[in-house]
Amino acid sequence: MYSQKVMDHFQNPRNVGEIENASGVGTVGNAKCGDIMRMFLDIDEETGIIKDCKFKTFGCGAAVATSSMATELVKGKTIQEALAVTNKAVMEALDGLPPVKVHCSLLAEEAIHAALWDYAQKHGITIEGLSKPKNDISEGEEEEDY
Amino acid sequence: MGKLIYLDNAATTQTSPAVVEAMLPYFTEYYGNASTIYDFAAKSKEALAHAREQIASCIGAKPEEIYFTGGGSESDNWALKATFEAYKQKGNHIITSKIEHHAILHTCEYLEKERGARVTYLDVDENGFVSLDELKKAITPETILITIMFANNEIGTIEPIREIGQIAREHGILFHTDAVQAFCQVPINVDEMNIDMLSSSGHKINGPKGIGFLYIRKGVKIRSFIHGGAQERKRRAGTENVPGIVGYGTAAEYASKTMADRAKAEIAIRDHMISRILNEIPYSRLNGDKEKRLPNNINVSLEFIEGESMLLMLDSFGICASSGSACTSGSLDPSHVLMAIGLPHEVAHGSLRMTLSEQTTMEDADFVVDRLKEIVSQLRAMSPLYEDFIRKNQ
Repeated sequence: MYSQKVMDHFQNPRNVGEIENASGVGTVGNAKCGDIMRMFLDIDEETGIIKDCKFKTFGCGAAVATSSMATELVKGKTIQEALAVTNKAVMEALDGLPPVKVHCSLLAEEAIHAALWDYAQKHGITIEGLSKPKNDISEGEEEEDY
Repeated sequence: MGKLIYLDNAATTQTSPAVVEAMLPYFTEYYGNASTIYDFAAKSKEALAHAREQIASCIGAKPEEIYFTGGGSESDNWALKATFEAYKQKGNHIITSKIEHHAILHTCEYLEKERGARVTYLDVDENGFVSLDELKKAITPETILITIMFANNEIGTIEPIREIGQIAREHGILFHTDAVQAFCQVPINVDEMNIDMLSSSGHKINGPKGIGFLYIRKGVKIRSFIHGGAQERKRRAGTENVPGIVGYGTAAEYASKTMADRAKAEIAIRDHMISRILNEIPYSRLNGDKEKRLPNNINVSLEFIEGESMLLMLDSFGICASSGSACTSGSLDPSHVLMAIGLPHEVAHGSLRMTLSEQTTMEDADFVVDRLKEIVSQLRAMSPLYEDFIRKNQ
C-alpha cells in the first residue's frame, strides 16, 4: 500500500526527537483522529536559516513518513523557503501517498507552519505569508485533554 | 523475512490442506449439478447431504434446517431482511447491540432508512457484554427480532446467548445470532440456547471462502432472499457450491471434533501472551473480558501509540495482526466496538488484535511479545503524547 520511500522513512525516520530550547515548536493534529505531529526548529537568528529540525509523531505509517520527509525538506532552508514546502512537495518527495493518507501530508505542512508561527511569536516578528495555524493543539483548552 | 506468524485468524484462516483435498474431486470428477436427475450427479447430491449433516450436528440442528449461503454477510442480510419482511404485520421493531459486525449494523440501518424499521442498539458494558435488563426493557409489543452476536470479532467477548434466547422465547420473539466467530470455537446448541437463526462462515474455521450457512429453525417463516431456482428447499436460489460446501462440512467436522483440545491449548497461549503484555509493557490494557472470551482472541491497547504503525512494524518481522485504529478502519473514527466499551479515542487508536490458530506455538507467542515490547518502546520514543504524559507526571 505504501511506496518504498514511505516505508523507508517510516522504518528509518530521519530527525526523530526533540530540540532543547528550540527556536520554535509547533504541534498539530489531535488524538481523536489518531495523528499528532510536533515539529521543533532551531533557527539561526542572524541568517534566518533553519539549522536543525526534529519531530515527534503519534500516528500511522504515513504520518511518521511525512513528518520525517518534512524535516528533511526544511533543514538548511531559510524561513521563506521552508514556508514554501507544501504538502504536495512532501508527497512527491515520498513518491506519493494512498488517497486516504493525503491528510497526513497536510498535517506535515501545518506542523512546519505551526513551528514557524511559534518562532515568530517568541521573537515578536511577522513572517510574510504566514498566518496563525488553526490546528495548533498546544494552545487553547484542548491541551488539558492530554 | 523469516517465518510467517499469522495471528489474524479472526479475519480469515488458512484453508486446511485436508479440506482442499476433500474439495478437489468435486471440481474435476464429480462436477454434476446437484439439481439434475442423471446418475452422474448423485455424487454431488450425496456430498451436499453429507456436509449438511456434518454442519447440523455441530450445533444440534436438523440437517434440513441448514441453508447454505455465500458467506456470513449474506446469512446476516437474509436473516434480518427476510424476518422484517415476513413479520412486519406483527411489528417493526428490532433489537440489536452496538458492537455487532457491520453485516448486521448496516443491514439494520438500511431497514431503518428504507423500510421503516425501528431499531434499538443496546449499549454494552466496559467488557462488551449486553445487559439482560436493558434487553428486557427494550422489548415492546412491536418487537419481532432480537439479533445479538454470539461472540465479538474484535474483543472476543462471548455474549450471554443462553439467557438472551430464554428472554426471546419467553416474549415470543425470534432470536438470531451472528455466530461467525463462535461456530466451532465454543460449544453451541440451538435448542438449549433457544436460537431461531444462526449465521456462520466457512473461512473462519479453516474452510474455504465464499461459503456460509444460515440455520433457520423449523417453523420460522422467512422466505427467500436470493430468488431463482428451487435449491435449498426453495429458500436460496443458485446452483450449489458443491466443492465449497464439501470443504465447509469437512472443516466443521474437524473443528468441532478438536474444539475442546484446541480451546485448551489456545487459552494457555492466549493467557500467557495477555499476562506477559500486561506485566511487561507499561500503560497497556486488555480489551474485552478476561474469562468469557474466545479462546483464540487477544485484544490489547498500548497507550500513546497508533495501531497502524504497530502493525507495519510487526509486519516487518513477518507477524500478521490487526488493529481497531482509524487508519485501519478506513475512516477517521476508531472501531465502533472499542468506542462502545468506552475507550477514549487515543486508546482505541492504539489497539492490537491477535487471533491464534491451532498452529500457533508458545515460541511464536514469546517471539511476538518480545518484538512487541521493542516496537512499543520505539514508537513511544517518538510519540508526542507519551512525551506530554511523562512531562505531566514528573
